[in-house]
Amino acid sequence: MKEIICIVCPKGCHLQVDENNGYKVTGNKCTRGIVYGEKEVTNPTRVLTSIVPIEGGMYSCCTVKTSEDIPKEKIMEVMELLKNIKIKSPVNIGDIVISNICGTKSNWVVTKNM
Amino acid sequence: MDINYDVVIVGGGPAGLAAACSAKENGAKKVLVIERDIEAGGILNQCIHNGFGLHIFKEELTGPEYADRYEKMAADLEIEIMLNTMVLSINKEKKIHAVNATNGVLIIQAQAIILAMGCRERTRGAIAIPGDRGAGIFTAGTAQRYINIEGYMVGKNVVILGSGDIGLIMARRMTLEGANVLACIEICPYSNGLNRNIVQCLNDYDIPLYLSHTITNVIGKERVEKVVISEVDENKNPIEGSEIEINCDTLLLSVGLIPENELSKEVGIELDPRTKGAVVYENMETNISGVFGCGNVVHVHDLVDFVSEESVRAGKGAAEYVLKKKKSIKKVVKVYPGEHISYIIPQKIRIKNDVNKTQLFFRVDNVYKNGKIIVKDGDDILIEIKRAHLAPGEMEKITIPSSKLERLKYNNIVLELLV
Repeated sequence: MKEIICIVCPKGCHLQVDENNGYKVTGNKCTRGIVYGEKEVTNPTRVLTSIVPIEGGMYSCCTVKTSEDIPKEKIMEVMELLKNIKIKSPVNIGDIVISNICGTKSNWVVTKNM
Repeated sequence: MDINYDVVIVGGGPAGLAAACSAKENGAKKVLVIERDIEAGGILNQCIHNGFGLHIFKEELTGPEYADRYEKMAADLEIEIMLNTMVLSINKEKKIHAVNATNGVLIIQAQAIILAMGCRERTRGAIAIPGDRGAGIFTAGTAQRYINIEGYMVGKNVVILGSGDIGLIMARRMTLEGANVLACIEICPYSNGLNRNIVQCLNDYDIPLYLSHTITNVIGKERVEKVVISEVDENKNPIEGSEIEINCDTLLLSVGLIPENELSKEVGIELDPRTKGAVVYENMETNISGVFGCGNVVHVHDLVDFVSEESVRAGKGAAEYVLKKKKSIKKVVKVYPGEHISYIIPQKIRIKNDVNKTQLFFRVDNVYKNGKIIVKDGDDILIEIKRAHLAPGEMEKITIPSSKLERLKYNNIVLELLV
């Protein structure tokens, strides 16, 4: 039995995940907790956010995120991809900066119109 | 330019934008938002992490994306947003003095005003940290702005004092940008941030959290070189002999937020010493009729979604005030925090002929397990609810149904926690 805190919403439910019983989740207050609980024990993932330099924008940097959650162990590798990236204004929310990051189905996408 | 408006909102952050949209949707015709920054969205613009919007939009957005949703709504509703403009004062006649580089001094006449100025961070001075005064000490929000908006990295080896949400978010953010975050130091025996942020910002990156510890010295004449941390006793006094030195070049402070009420004080708005924000009625109106408040200027929230919801009530209240939809008030009920409750919003409820259910928002004063929240009117128990986990960092809410409000005998509501 693994005890974890759900990070899906700010409630922070205290979940128990039973690895010996088909990853049965208890302690969740909503169905998203079931999905999170199993995933956190079998294949934990996170959404990443960062910035990239932008030319001609209202500020020198534009904000970006991964369009999907990515495996936790790839976090630093996925961050590394942004090192030499520079984008040009105008950009819109959802525009892809880097696609198919590190063999995941996720893309680095813009999160601010600039 | 026109100087007469139905509703003027001071501050174009999440509270101001949501209040403006709500005022317009509820019938106010001319609505103006005054914002001092070069863009609307307020502090959301530097909160580039995700997790916003789960309540309102049923999806996880980043701060800039959440702000963009509301900016679009405001544009669709033809709400005017005046940027780069600082409000200097408001008065009881609802005249607003503001200044900007294009128009000079402006005197704007509003019929209703909504205060949405947000809050500011407590600084090193506010908590009196001893030691040298070299460079490298930032409030967490200032560091967040430098890194996320201006694109400057503020340090390499970082210690964070305080486990508020911004500090936790910055621990992760600086780690991802290549810094070593050495420790997060919290004077309380529990964290003041959301549990999810402890998990995904500290635990994910193996950043140690020192509970019941504080910083007792900062060393470094030019730039921070090290900090000394000490364990504290139950009265939060440092325990001699427990000192640990941590070599670092940067200290971030995440030690609390204070509602920014300079304008409110000047116009004579009654403030609650518990929240440091205005005393408000159920529709977010202050003691000055036609002046409303919402968001972090009233009380510091942990979730922007709740700011937006509260601001919708303020906007509706302001629109009804302008449209003179005032209903006759039967009585005013006072709401008091009882045992283990640090504050409650609203502090007053006006009972009208057609009573609406009213939500009470409150925080507890410590971490509790298996507590029972009781809402009483005199000796009458109105509501009893059990909660498995309660913490000061997580705002709680309870709804009092209209049927209960109609039948109040003592008109003195007390909310308390039994543990």
